[in-house]
Amino acid sequence: MPPSPGSTTAAAPRLVEQLKSGLDAPICLTWELTYACNLECVHCLSSSGRRDPRELTTAECKAVIDELHDLQVFYVNIGGGEPMVRRDFFELLDYSVSRGVGVKFSTNGYFIDAEKARRLTATDYIDVQISLDGADAATNDAVRGVGSYDAARRAMDHLAAAGFGPFKISVVVTRQNIPQLPAFEAIADSYGAQLRLTRLRPSGRGADVWNDLHPTNAQQRDLYRFLIERPGILTGDSFFHLSALGESLPGLNLCGAGRVVCLIDPIGDVYACPFVLHDEFRAGSVRDRGGFTSVWRESELFVGLREPQSPGACASCGSYDACGGGCMAAKFFTGLPLDAPDPECVWGNADDALAAVDPASLPSSGPGHSKIPKADARPAVSTNVTLKPTRHRVVVSSS
Amino acid sequence: MRRLLSTLEVETSRVVDGPDDDLDAGPVGDHPGTADIGFDPARPYALHPQVALRPEPFGALAYHYGNRRLVFLKRNALVALVRSLGDHPTVDAALDAAIATGAFDARQRSSYLKALASLAASEVLCAPAREET
Ligand code: SF4
Ligand code: SF4
Repeated sequence: MPPSPGSTTAAAPRLVEQLKSGLDAPICLTWELTYACNLECVHCLSSSGRRDPRELTTAECKAVIDELHDLQVFYVNIGGGEPMVRRDFFELLDYSVSRGVGVKFSTNGYFIDAEKARRLTATDYIDVQISLDGADAATNDAVRGVGSYDAARRAMDHLAAAGFGPFKISVVVTRQNIPQLPAFEAIADSYGAQLRLTRLRPSGRGADVWNDLHPTNAQQRDLYRFLIERPGILTGDSFFHLSALGESLPGLNLCGAGRVVCLIDPIGDVYACPFVLHDEFRAGSVRDRGGFTSVWRESELFVGLREPQSPGACASCGSYDACGGGCMAAKFFTGLPLDAPDPECVWGNADDALAAVDPASLPSSGPGHSKIPKADARPAVSTNVTLKPTRHRVVVSSS
Repeated sequence: MRRLLSTLEVETSRVVDGPDDDLDAGPVGDHPGTADIGFDPARPYALHPQVALRPEPFGALAYHYGNRRLVFLKRNALVALVRSLGDHPTVDAALDAAIATGAFDARQRSSYLKALASLAASEVLCAPAREET
């Protein structure tokens, strides 16, 4: 790719080009084991709550693991829902590790007691990631539900007591918790844990609260500086749209959907990434003839995503090489065309297009396994912000 | 203009670049950057037992199950060289053999050596335990 005028440094352009055109198998993929969850976070990307009766059986899950082994997928991110509510959770964990497929799983921590913490500690190639969206109970529980802060901290205490080592504390960055970044760091340090910050996307139930929770542009700049100063903080490459601000954040700085990552959902459907649970981004199912391998290598959707993408409205932007136009999921669920600037474009280049989006035209937010039907959804308990069920207001208040 | 390696922390998706080698114009004859990490091409090296190689169109991915590092080997000749290390008494011998069979040009020797040193630094390669403690 010839660097365009005004481009900032790209770490290894040839590799990135190579990755954009796809790999024989994903580098790592996300696998949501169940839609069941004991919590019901307001921003859940998979709208989880109730188990789906069609979820993969233990035998089907093991067949998927066998396929991942054959494809030499070294590593799988397991999530949900709450993956630990599956009765065969540990059986699948052990099976995966025994097949050379390492596991990192995300959990709200409710089911990690002293005994489970010891069991996890005794298993190699397991990483545990505890979700925490506020550095205090009030901020966290406003998003994740009453009692969820204490549960997460209890799980961390158990892991620390069992000598698990550096587990991860995973934070979805919001307007409300950005001022707490140093406090999150202190919590992580107190456990010798690794802090991981990821981006809130308007996916799943996240679409309903995105307007009120996503960081302001001023906060995005603070976050950018924070990340540049602390290269040790994990991000899963999720803030690459901020690289438009100057120096690139460390990472691949590309949308890996269908190219280097993908999602397997609890019923075996394969999507381009965890944040696009929508028919438009469904590539197939592991239950199809040819299994996951054919979906990854041959599905029309994935093959299409590996074609060169048009920079569209970002073509004239000097930051395009650094930012790549941002996140496909964020654009899609805010009603923007996929070649528009990211709705959180740091230069505000999406603001006019966002303001013109007709709310009635917004895509639905995926399969949906919420326990409470959308119309009756309770407003979240909140301290300093009112979470309104309106979607996609464009006005960004500075809280 | 292509680098031989890129390293990715899978956990973090943060890329650390390997040696910034221009393969076609690399310096000849010196071994830059190999002393500081104790990489000794006069000794045998092999793929670390916790490392798996996965072939890809551009070369291979190496994944280290211990440190969770993912390294992109961006030349097939490098992949072949890495796989051949175990068959040779020293790294130098493996390089000589690769050059002798035309896998790459003698002028590229230092680039490949640097790539191997970098792979040793990220523990993709390891040296068998020294006899003298
Ligand atoms: S206009 Fe597009 S490329 Fe430029 S910073 Fe905004 S999203 Fe990124
Ligand atoms: S759509 Fe967004 S979240 Fe998904 S891979 Fe692309 S950038 Fe990441």
